[in-house]
Amino acid sequence: MSGFFKSSVGRKVSMALSAFFLMIFLLQHLTINTMSVISADLFNEVSHFMGTNPLVQFVLQPILIFGVVFHFVMGFILELQNKRARKVSYAKNNGAANSSWMSRNMIWSGVAILAFIVLHFIDFWFPEINTKFIQGDWSGLHDGKFRYFHELQLKFVNPARVAAYCVAFVFLGLHLAHGFTSAFQSVGAASLRKKLNKVGLAYAILVPLGFIIVALFHHLSYNH
Amino acid sequence: MNLTLKIWRQKDANSKGQMVDYKVTDISEHMSFLEMMDVLNEQLISKGEEPVSFDHDCREGICGMCSMYINGEAHGPDRGVTTCQLHMRMFNDGDTITIEPWRATAFPVIKDLVVDRSAFDRIQHAGGYISVNTSGNTQDANAIPIAKEAADKAMDAATCIGCGACVATCKNSSAMLFVGAKVSQYALLPQGQVEAADRVRKMVAQMDLEGFGNCTNTGACEIECPKGISLDNIARMNRELMKASV
Repeated sequence: MSGFFKSSVGRKVSMALSAFFLMIFLLQHLTINTMSVISADLFNEVSHFMGTNPLVQFVLQPILIFGVVFHFVMGFILELQNKRARKVSYAKNNGAANSSWMSRNMIWSGVAILAFIVLHFIDFWFPEINTKFIQGDWSGLHDGKFRYFHELQLKFVNPARVAAYCVAFVFLGLHLAHGFTSAFQSVGAASLRKKLNKVGLAYAILVPLGFIIVALFHHLSYNH
Repeated sequence: MNLTLKIWRQKDANSKGQMVDYKVTDISEHMSFLEMMDVLNEQLISKGEEPVSFDHDCREGICGMCSMYINGEAHGPDRGVTTCQLHMRMFNDGDTITIEPWRATAFPVIKDLVVDRSAFDRIQHAGGYISVNTSGNTQDANAIPIAKEAADKAMDAATCIGCGACVATCKNSSAMLFVGAKVSQYALLPQGQVEAADRVRKMVAQMDLEGFGNCTNTGACEIECPKGISLDNIARMNRELMKASV
């Protein structure tokens, strides 16, 4: 089986499997984000559970980080191989005649998402790691109250950051518009690729839109 | 029709090539693209210049020899045709047409518009066949019942003429449509089952060895393929390799 994953087909399948995992993760992330719009208390409770549960912290989180890093690193490796496979470019190439912009620019939408993840880690993940693992504070409290919802609100005060989030999610939508059905094709499920065309498009629009709405909601509703 | 042609000229595999402009006049819209190239070459020969080298053989869309990247598309702007089947009526009087060879590291330019596609031959040699005992007692292939759907899909895959348009048009120079078609045409038939696992492993390994890129499912190959080979064949190849690897 290790020989399979070294082949071009195997690498393609591994990209698809990590993509499936990340697409499921996105749904879970959006569900929790949406809770912040419905109820601050609910969001605090769920955030505290996710932030302190050993299974989430020490099993699921490392798997998630591996999935993200793997998808990006493998994406870059494959892109480099693809560049080497055509060292001389065409003087004239009409890519739009036979393929979508999204499918031809997965690497660039991916780079935009990577840039966003760096910002996202600086905003949320690094402070969490600092609080929990360096300062050793697993209480989730600040001044006697859960800190999660308030921290979330503060992150969406700056309009430049909210704009960056929104732009990043547009790129995520473009990435998913090709990636969703492409992943099914890669694992050999060609019939599902065709059947799920509309589902894929809906996922690519609604999931990023959900994240954008949550960000805009907190930006507009925060009482200075 | 009067046309301006921008054509890639390259003396040999080791020379540096460049785009060169040519004018052709009185081109009939009923001519095929290759006949237009013949007119150009007659002009060049009469002027004592080196004619443009390009691949061609049957000129009936069957042999897979003709190539050419025309105005940014493999086999030009028409669909379901090879360059020899492309007619000048697809262009307008006064047009400038850019003509380049297939571009892929695995398809090095030999001269002008001629590229070396022997990488495809080596992939075929690796496993694109069935071993048949030709002792004189060979069973008639038609004696084995085959479901109509499987026979049709196998035939569709077998219509691949190995022209390389899929590689040329793929932004990654991937050969997966070609290999997918060759794997599928046997995988769908009972005669292909005996060597199926070995076949797909060897053909994919050879494809990777030749330096083709990775498929990212843009679907460009399927659109530009003169024989309309479906992406389903790539998915089937992926399934076959997964099956062969577990």
